[in-house]
Amino acid sequence: MSKKRKGVKSGLIVVFFVIVAAFAALIATNVTDHAENISLGLDLQGGFEVLYEVRPVEEGQVVNRDLLRDTVASLNARINVLGVSEPNVTIEGDDRVRVQLAGVSDQQAARELLSTEARLSLRDVHDNMLLDGSDLVEGGARQSFNPDTNAPIVLVTIDDADKFGDITSELKDLDPPENRMAIWMDFEEGDSYFEEILKEDSKIVSDPRVSQTLRTTDIMITGDFTVEEAQHLAGILNAGALPVELEEIYSNAVGASLGERAMDQAIFAGFIGIALIFAYMVIYYRFMGIMAIITLSIYIYIVLVVFNWMNAVLTLPGIAALILGVGMAVDANIITYERIKDEIRTGKSTMSAFRAGSRRSLSTILDANITTILAASVLFYFGTSAVQGFAVMLIVSILTSFLTAVFGSRLLLGLWVNSRILNNKPRMFGVKEDEISEL
Amino acid sequence: MNFDHETTKLDFIKHRKKFFIFSGVMVILSIVLLSTVGLNLGIDFKSGTTIDILTDAPPVSEAQIAAEFEEIGLVPDDITLAGDNNEIGRAVFIGVLNQSETLQVQSHFEEIYGNEPAVSNVTPMVGEELARNAIISVLIAAVGIIIYVTIRFEFTYGVSAIVALFHDALLILVVFSIFRFEVNIPFIAAVLTIIGYSINDTIVTFDRIRENIKLEKRVKDFNDVARVVNKSLVQTLARSINTVLTVVFAAGALFFFGGEALRSFSFALVVGLVAGTYSSLFLAAQLWLVLKSKQLEKQKKRPLQESEA
Repeated sequence: MSKKRKGVKSGLIVVFFVIVAAFAALIATNVTDHAENISLGLDLQGGFEVLYEVRPVEEGQVVNRDLLRDTVASLNARINVLGVSEPNVTIEGDDRVRVQLAGVSDQQAARELLSTEARLSLRDVHDNMLLDGSDLVEGGARQSFNPDTNAPIVLVTIDDADKFGDITSELKDLDPPENRMAIWMDFEEGDSYFEEILKEDSKIVSDPRVSQTLRTTDIMITGDFTVEEAQHLAGILNAGALPVELEEIYSNAVGASLGERAMDQAIFAGFIGIALIFAYMVIYYRFMGIMAIITLSIYIYIVLVVFNWMNAVLTLPGIAALILGVGMAVDANIITYERIKDEIRTGKSTMSAFRAGSRRSLSTILDANITTILAASVLFYFGTSAVQGFAVMLIVSILTSFLTAVFGSRLLLGLWVNSRILNNKPRMFGVKEDEISEL
Repeated sequence: MNFDHETTKLDFIKHRKKFFIFSGVMVILSIVLLSTVGLNLGIDFKSGTTIDILTDAPPVSEAQIAAEFEEIGLVPDDITLAGDNNEIGRAVFIGVLNQSETLQVQSHFEEIYGNEPAVSNVTPMVGEELARNAIISVLIAAVGIIIYVTIRFEFTYGVSAIVALFHDALLILVVFSIFRFEVNIPFIAAVLTIIGYSINDTIVTFDRIRENIKLEKRVKDFNDVARVVNKSLVQTLARSINTVLTVVFAAGALFFFGGEALRSFSFALVVGLVAGTYSSLFLAAQLWLVLKSKQLEKQKKRPLQESEA
């Protein structure tokens, strides 16, 4: 056969290579940037997740959406104290708040920082309230050092110096231990100074002896603090007291090293799975299989970009959904290619077999994909965080696979078919000559 | 692979009663198993605490982990080893550990192995909600699928597809019940994926049946429908096998290389994929054939009765 066959449009093949080269260049230049930008979930990065049930702190207080929103706002303010870059605080159900902190190094501190209500109160030894959080100046707490001992302390500012002066002038004249002023965190009805002060993990931060009248707005809280603890306490006081009581009902702490291992293994498995699929497609569908590999590579890239752009959090089930999505994309290719092979076997020319096969496979792929999206949407709507991540990934995968495996594959294969270079070469499509029925 | 529907001797219809009996027996067996032995519910569905301890010197033994817990005065209800080299110890406590116990466990094992163990606490309320959500989701999805298929196809297709779907979901549950694999949140995601795959696979076959029915000049009785169904199944056979093979490649790679965390998930996927392919080849279309021929018989009788009256 001479190379200059009649009617071969080599221009279309040039277009094909230009498109493939453009995508290859695009993928090669920024795929690592996109891969690195994806925020990883708790199971991959390590971190900490707590589900709280919100209980009213005062009698008659009703837990409603507004109260939950206030709670989320104060929790977010507190997490800023910890310096977590991407906290995820969500309202769940009627009375739940889920806090997710990926990459937190000190989980114990985080847990304590979150669950304390931060209701500061000053009381006498008989537990009568002298001052409470409402007397504090907003944002007036700061970490400082005791001028006498250089120990880390917390300074809080109250709005009325006279009030504190009156309190201290009364206390200073009392006999010990009545002259002590207890600084409480999260005092609850029924707590008692004399019992609490003996406890190891006491709610009383400190109980200074009052020996003189202090007409000042600055109150010094000395405790057995490290600098960091003092900073956290100041931060919590500035963030404000929680409007509610938080009961921890579920917590999930993942050490990062466990997560990293799981991540590496899942990625390795993903590469093997995809390599197997690619090999099978080329062996079985020959030339069309190569088109499938190109579109599948573009598919994986687009899913990555879309996922990044959505700011979604990738979890282990999400990776599994991505690999499953590859399977769905392969299915769309297989359905089309089987149709084209069918048409070639009936004796149609390569070009008309391609056109008929593409057209007939479309409604099949459409119906199959829509039903799966339907199932994934239900998952997203009713699932919890991990299952939701999975569902998002699945929906993104299916939509992208429709774009690449249906339109992309058709465009690329169409360029070759319409160039007429594949005319009368059924073997390139995995069809043997003797399978073709005579017209 | 090439399955020519005119020359092939493959007959998916003749043995349909055997397929029905096989599936029927499987379903009955499933219900018996699930109601007696039940599932090995993971901590996601049970009140309690699991602690995953990654050790720095594999392999560890159950006794070693138990001894470490004894030192801090705790007795786990179950200890299993995980990881390729048994470097992960998993302790399960029925009943939730309180905050100070948890902190104690974390600091104790961090001191010994240099890794903070992963602690999961679950109250039954959370687990029950998860399970209920999953079941409700499946039911809603089933209704949605029936509605969609009824609009695009016909009601009989929808019913057959949903029967096949529940058949597949039940089969995964049974396999998990027999092998005592842990049922956790990713498992639920796997079951729901299989439901999606099962419906996807069934729709592709039904789509071909719908197309072939339109091409037929005469579809009047059981034999006509049976011929079309068999022809459609043979025509889509290569696609059914290729697709399930490629997805099994992906799920199988996850199972063998994806690590401990994804093992039960990927196992559920592989089992579900095989079940999904079986049900679309041997169950869904045959069921539709029975429903459709009943419908045709009714239509035949109705004008007859009217003319008699």
